[in-house]
Parts: sequence; C-alpha cells; structure tokens
Amino acid sequence: MNELNLNAFEVLEYVAWGISALLGLWMLFDLLKTNRNYSEEVLTSSKEGEIDDALVIDPPHQGGHQ
Amino acid sequence: MSQYTAVHGEKVSLLRVLGPGHVWALGVGIVLVGEYMGWNFAVGKGGALAALIACWVAGLLYTCVAMIDSEVTSTVAAAGGQYAQAKHIVGPLMAFNVGLFLVFAYTMLEAANAITLGYLVQTVGTMAGFENVHDKPFIVLTIMFLAWLNYRGVYATLTFNLVLTATAFVAILILFASVQPWTNNVLKLDELLTGLPYGWLGVLAALHFGLWYYLGIEGTCQAAEEVRSPARALPLGTMTGIITLLIAATMTWYVCVGLMPWEYLGQAITPLFDAARLTNSTPLMVLLFVGTCFSTMASANGCINDASRAWFSMGRDRYLPTWFGAVHPKNRTPFRSIVFLVPVAVLFAYFAPLDQVITFSILSGLLGYTYMSFQIVMFRRKWPIGSIRRGYVYPFHPIPAFVLLAICSATYFAVFLGYGTQLIAMMVFYIVASLWFHFHRYKYVRRGDQFTMPWPRPLVY
Repeated sequence: MNELNLNAFEVLEYVAWGISALLGLWMLFDLLKTNRNYSEEVLTSSKEGEIDDALVIDPPHQGGHQ
Repeated sequence: MSQYTAVHGEKVSLLRVLGPGHVWALGVGIVLVGEYMGWNFAVGKGGALAALIACWVAGLLYTCVAMIDSEVTSTVAAAGGQYAQAKHIVGPLMAFNVGLFLVFAYTMLEAANAITLGYLVQTVGTMAGFENVHDKPFIVLTIMFLAWLNYRGVYATLTFNLVLTATAFVAILILFASVQPWTNNVLKLDELLTGLPYGWLGVLAALHFGLWYYLGIEGTCQAAEEVRSPARALPLGTMTGIITLLIAATMTWYVCVGLMPWEYLGQAITPLFDAARLTNSTPLMVLLFVGTCFSTMASANGCINDASRAWFSMGRDRYLPTWFGAVHPKNRTPFRSIVFLVPVAVLFAYFAPLDQVITFSILSGLLGYTYMSFQIVMFRRKWPIGSIRRGYVYPFHPIPAFVLLAICSATYFAVFLGYGTQLIAMMVFYIVASLWFHFHRYKYVRRGDQFTMPWPRPLVY
C-alpha cells in the first residue's frame, strides 16, 4: 500500500513535468511560428502611449488575423 | 510560407481591455502573499509590537508610494510603469536602472512564489504519507503554467488573478471574524503581547520584513497601456489596493499575535495557516490553505505580467535589443519578453535559496522607492500643477516625498543589519550595469523617439 502511495505521488510528479514540457514547447512553437509568419516591422510596430485603435490590426472582438 | 507585412500604417499594440478591478487584482495579487507568509519574520526581529510598528511604518511608506505613483502614472500611460516615468522625468540612465529594478524585483518574487508553492505541495504529499516527495516539478509547473497564461492574453490572466486574490482576501476576513476579535475567548493578546524584547533596535530591524506586507503594490502601473481608462483606472485600482492591504495586514497581525507566542510566530513558514490550525476548525484550515496557495499563485502571475512589461518597454526603446519589443499579433501580449524571462525565473527558483531570492527582490524594490521620492519633486518642478492634465493630484506635496525618503533610508539600515553583503553586492551589480549601458548600449537608443508623452517643454529648460 505504501509503495502504491509512493508511486501515486511519483506519477503526479511526472505529470507535472510532462505538462510543464508541453506548455514550454507550445510557447516555443507559437513563438517561432509567429516570428516566421509576421515581419519584424509588424511585430515591433507598437508605440508607447498610443491609444488610437483605428490602425491596430486584430482589434478587440473582431477575431484573429487571417 | 508567405509573411504578413504592415500596410497603410497597420500596427500591433497591447490590448486595452482592463478595468479598475483588474488593476486592483494586479497590485493586491502580487502583494497579498506577504500577509500569508514572510511578514512574520519581522516578529522574529523585534517581537510582536515591533512587527505592528513596522507594519504601519511600512504602510506609510507604501501609501506615499501609491499616492506618488498614482499622480505620475495618471499622466504617463505607458507599459513599463516607473521605467517610462523615469525616462520622461529624470533621464535615460535612471530609466535603465529603474527598468532593471522592476525586472529583478518581480522575477525574484515570482521565483520565491514558485518555491513556496512547490513547498506547499511537497508538504501536502508528506502529510499524506508519501515518501521522497519532490518540490521541483511543481515549482517548474507553476512558472510554466502562469507564463503560458500570460502569453495567451492579459484579460484572462488578470481575471484569473482577480478570482485568486479576492478568494485569498475573503479568507483573511473570514478568519478574522471567526476568532471573535470583540471578545477574549480565542485571542490571548493580554498574555502574548510582551513589549519590545530587543528594544527600538529590534523595531528598526523589523522594518526589513515590514515591507513584505506591501511589496509590489506599485506594480499596478505596469498595466498603464492595457487599461481602458488609465487616468481613472490606475489611481482607483492603486489606492483601493493599498487600502485593502492596510486592512489585511492589520487583521493578519491581530489574529496571529493573539494566537501564537512571538518566539514561534517569528520563524513560522505559513503563519495564517498555522493560526487557522490553532482554531481547531477544519473548514478554516482548508480555507486558509486554499488562500495560501491562491495568494502565492496570484503573486507569481502578477509578477510575470509586470516583469515582462518592463522588459518589453526597455526593448521597444532600444535600451535592450529591439527583439524584445515585439507584440503578439493575435494574443496582443509581449510574447518574446514573457518567454525570455521563463528560464531566468526557473534558474533562480531551482538553484537559489529562498531568503536570498526574497532579499534581492526587497532590495530592488527599495531602490525603486528611493528613486520615486526624487522623481516626484522633479516632476512637480518641471511640470507644475496646471501645465499638464493629471488624472490624480496627490496631497501635501512635498511632505510624502520626504517621508518616503526618510523611511527608505531607515530601511536600508535595517537591511544592512541582516544582509549587508547582499546589499553591497547588489549596489555593485547595478553600478556595473549602469556603466555597460552608458558606455555601450546607449549608442543604439534613438534619443528623440523615446520621449512619447505630448507634454510641453519642462519649466526648468
């Protein structure tokens, strides 16, 4: 029983490692995909303090960019 | 694979979706963990009464910080918070240093929270009868999950923080009501309050951990570029945040010192959870355990949000490589900065001792507060009341600035008493970083582009 308990927590630890790896890989994959799909000019086009949303792509509530 | 390029001035920016509630959740969320653990080391330094004095003196320090921050941020509506303020009001070298203070204060605090959450899970595992349980998988999971949440979008991130923070705050209120503070049935303050065991030097030493009650409330202004109405939401969220913390800190002190002798309380790891255990109420124990976990997670979550905004802003101004100044076109988050800071936090959480990580965070925060006292005087001299639109004007200027400087000076001495080597090491680090910026990095900065606020020429020029 004790061995079973130990294994149960070990399983939880492996699940934690697995989810961490998946989330990390997901972020890396999305980062690389975004870097490839958009020009550097677009990605770094944000300007400090600008409130004008008219020129901003993918404005709120209008869905993602094609 | 075709690449999307900008046409007709199209651009990506951070998303303006947040309200005052999110600002409150960001500020209080980062800090409330300090009520659940850490503040009580002030009791160990100087006794229960010293911790109360430290609580209120630090409360005065942070009230000054919140008022000063609210006035300046209501005019400088930019991600980066105090970094953007320093850039406009003081100058580039100060701004670079303030940016580093922010990134290190928040990243270290994030690492400390992840270590604590890992420890809590490990404790549960041990209490459940498991052997050889490890905290490391849960430390890494905490950082990765919250980084992923931040990567996906600011609205969900801070709504999540709002739920976590509100639950943790309500747990403190329920505990306070449950111990019937209007009677002596549960609390034994008359027996447990034993004066100042180390005298007034103990009170001074307690100031170091007194900061823990409020450390990070100034992080609200990192949301400046993502709130719908900066001039309204930032002062409202920040001021209600500091009021919440003053109430929570005083209640926490009152409950804990009424239940535990100062010798135990001064070295307890989870004082509020211990207080709940002493009430012999299982629902309270569960509630305060949940509150401890939630407050820790909310703090780490807010820290990732703030550190990444500060790093992103410095990249956008070329204080760091411009690569970091990118915004995700769909999620509208500073995605590269978020990802870059993940391994930094993991390394500190994995290898650095908790007290060193916390001290590094406190010292970085303290340097930032000291700078604020100078900054507000310069701000009022360069742009007096009426010269630019302010969403909030703080009262009694310049008294709060002088009070802030005086308390910061006393706290440096308090930190020096316990962690003198770390204080000096950190000063050396920031001096070396400043030299690197001045002699190497600043040549890449486009000097005219970094000043973005539509303000008139400063009065002194």
